[in-house]
Amino acid sequence: MPGKPQVPGLMKGLGVTLKTLTKTMTPKRMGGGANTVQYPHEKEAPPTRARGVIALREDNCTVCMLCARSCPDWCIYIEGHKELAPPRRAGGAPRKVNKVDRFDIDYALCMYCGICVEVCPFDALFWSPEYEYSEPRIADLLHDKDKLGEWMETVPEAPDLEAGADKKGKK
Amino acid sequence: MIGVDVPYWAQSLLRVLGGTVAVLLPAGTIVYLFLFKMMSFMQSRLGPMEAGPYGSMQLFAEVGKWLQKEDIQPQKADKQIFKLAPLIVLVSTFLLVAVVPFGPDAYFTNFDAGVFYMLAVSSISTLGILIAGWSSANKYSLLGGLRAAGQLIAYELPMVLAVLGVVIQAETMNMQGIVERQNAGEIFGWNGLGNPYILTQFIGFVIFMIAVQAELTQTPFDMPIAESELVSGYMTEYSGFRFLIFFIAEFATAGVFALIASVLFLGGWGVPFSWFGWHTIDDVDDWMNIGGPLIMLTKMLVLTFLIMWIRFSYPRFREDQLQRFAWKVLIPLALLNIMVTAILKVMF
Amino acid sequence: MTDLADRQKLSYIAAQAADARLNVELETEGMTLNIGPQHPATHGTLRIIVRLDGEQVVWAEPSAGYMHRGYEKLTEVRTFPQVTTLINRIDWLGSFANEVPFILAAEKLMDIEAPPRAQWIRTILFELSRIANVGLFLGDLGVQLGAITPVFFAFRDREYVLNLIEAATGGRFHPNFDRIGGLKDDLPAGWITETKQVMKKLRMFCDEMDDLLFGNEIFQSRLRGIGVIPADVAKQYGLSGANLRASGVDWDLRRDQTLPMAWDKVDWKVWTHPDGDCFARCWVRLQETREATKIVDQLLDTLPSGPVMAKVPRIIKVPEGEAWVSTENPLGEMGYYVVSKGDLGPFRVKIRSASFNNISIVPWVLRGVYVPDVISILASLYFILGDIDR
Repeated sequence: MPGKPQVPGLMKGLGVTLKTLTKTMTPKRMGGGANTVQYPHEKEAPPTRARGVIALREDNCTVCMLCARSCPDWCIYIEGHKELAPPRRAGGAPRKVNKVDRFDIDYALCMYCGICVEVCPFDALFWSPEYEYSEPRIADLLHDKDKLGEWMETVPEAPDLEAGADKKGKK
Repeated sequence: MIGVDVPYWAQSLLRVLGGTVAVLLPAGTIVYLFLFKMMSFMQSRLGPMEAGPYGSMQLFAEVGKWLQKEDIQPQKADKQIFKLAPLIVLVSTFLLVAVVPFGPDAYFTNFDAGVFYMLAVSSISTLGILIAGWSSANKYSLLGGLRAAGQLIAYELPMVLAVLGVVIQAETMNMQGIVERQNAGEIFGWNGLGNPYILTQFIGFVIFMIAVQAELTQTPFDMPIAESELVSGYMTEYSGFRFLIFFIAEFATAGVFALIASVLFLGGWGVPFSWFGWHTIDDVDDWMNIGGPLIMLTKMLVLTFLIMWIRFSYPRFREDQLQRFAWKVLIPLALLNIMVTAILKVMF
Repeated sequence: MTDLADRQKLSYIAAQAADARLNVELETEGMTLNIGPQHPATHGTLRIIVRLDGEQVVWAEPSAGYMHRGYEKLTEVRTFPQVTTLINRIDWLGSFANEVPFILAAEKLMDIEAPPRAQWIRTILFELSRIANVGLFLGDLGVQLGAITPVFFAFRDREYVLNLIEAATGGRFHPNFDRIGGLKDDLPAGWITETKQVMKKLRMFCDEMDDLLFGNEIFQSRLRGIGVIPADVAKQYGLSGANLRASGVDWDLRRDQTLPMAWDKVDWKVWTHPDGDCFARCWVRLQETREATKIVDQLLDTLPSGPVMAKVPRIIKVPEGEAWVSTENPLGEMGYYVVSKGDLGPFRVKIRSASFNNISIVPWVLRGVYVPDVISILASLYFILGDIDR
């Protein structure tokens, strides 16, 4: 800076800020406006695949424990028992099925990695983009079976894939 | 003051109230309008929107927040000086505003050495900053205070020299007189615009604004604060009420310097006298005592916009670059300006 | 008997004593200053102990480890997908780039290659994470030097990239998208057109940074000639990435290595700068960001169709062996040395992170500089604490 003060670079910087100022001050319908989304008055919709919360479809769960084993944080707690269900055809033997007693996901530990959703062989776990479930008490972040079942209503359809993809609609 | 005969104690009370308003109103306006809103708009965001409509109550919320904070003093700090430092900085602002005229009769004091007093008093804040940095018993604050001392002293000179050009052209050091000369003057015989000294003293104006930016320790001259290195420099150890005083003092001083610059260079509280057919200051109507402060407010906002615009756009100088800029560029330019002004004054 | 001479002598001795006391009190030999661990300028909890003489640094030493999370120990008891989740969080600004060398090392041990579409998409996401990472660097550079406006532009434009990554992978910061043999999923419909628009916006952002920061004389006078690192010193200290290229060394692993990624299928340029000072490092990063947008555009145009996952068994057991893969991450060269004993998870993973080696030069480069220049140099070296401490 000492010596010859060259003005153009400094002026260009001022121009950039002035341009942003005028752009932010023009109303939205003319293409201006700030980039701020005033949460909670306005909310942005997250994309379909966003990893917000995990939902459980209890009917599909067979207590295979694959999700609990593959969680990096070991935050899924599962307990189940075996029951005898009626045979499929008349005259057959009663089937042993697993019924899930307890299926808790501790969202205080969950890393939102999605490995549990991916490894489930029976499609019992789904991702939902819901993210507004913060609680004042940490203990309330342990979502039990019923609460996880409630999240199923918020699970969206899988998005269509780009042109050139191999399989269609794989979640 | 204005035709009404008030006893002296009432006059003093009015002056005190008026001074407080004259200091705090610019501070509040500048903080809300420029620091909260303009900075946010320049950064493509909205700024505070929740407190009051469009965030207008945010300043009061902040004041309340700071007031309710704990008054922390470092154990090794020099207690009395630690407490005294913010007050010194604020007092200099109040002293400065005493000499700024707001209208033909709306002023706090009007004496012949107005400019001289103003330049002298503006250096008091340097003391406050230096002892804030020293008494905080914190190495970061010490660094900030030392940098501030060097910088503020270095930039006093360009400010003084820039103002000297105005004084030479106005032939008076009385602030009210400078306003009168500008508004009643003429440019080559045409008095449609008066003779605002920004036209003839443009270099002086630029030097003055740069020096003011440095005196306020605003970016690009904010080495003493240097937020990313020194975490607030000399203000690091101050919390709560004392920090609030520093904060108010910073923006109040910005406003007062803008007021002074508008008096010296933009014609102060007046509009060109020829628009209303006045010739001297005694001709000016009384309604100008209401209109004058409003005009001053507008001019102050314009100049503060400039100061803040530069603050939000540029990175900061390093200390030695700062000093080099002041001593090797600004002071020779200012001296040149004075020489040219004096020569032209004698010739015309 | 005190006459004038004696009184003068006494006063002289008293003055000397007062001076000596003052010297001890003021510690005029030098001041030891802790920059960090809590400091606005360091990207996290880095502590640098400097000894100052006035405003000049006499001796400096970084003291890292405040953020050590024990990654290499953690990976010993986790399976390969779980490790992929964890290592997202090493360099959290450009997190897809952390997964790639690890997955490539595992694929090397398994002797499989991802299908071409997966390689393309991996490279696209890799370059997107580079843009996100270095875009933030440009903004942060402003803040460390005192310009508070560029960082908001950086965050604003980084949001577009994060939204893209979220649309494709589900996670903004930690995508966890790479799998051994390919990718978890394919791209959702409309992603390609949106990415092209975002790349245009990012090129405008780079131009804005050019005007607002790099063209600014104050910025240049703060950075030019500061912290010069000659090429041989840079190589000795193991610098990598833009730090190395800014010293004039033409070294880019994307071009010099053959990995099953798509960099050799597109036309792009390696940016170097001969000076080796702070300005060079920042300038190289700006050009690299622009170049990354061009790479993404070209890759999107030539995206092949096909599956995104090779034929791998459901339960993946990586065969015994050791493999080392390193890639040109946004911060520098990041590599993983994976030792596998045929289990579900690795036996041992050694993570070579770029920032750890980048800050090893701090004692050398900080000698004799002023305190404000310390911040400029640290800003230009650009490290992320998660990368240093792992």
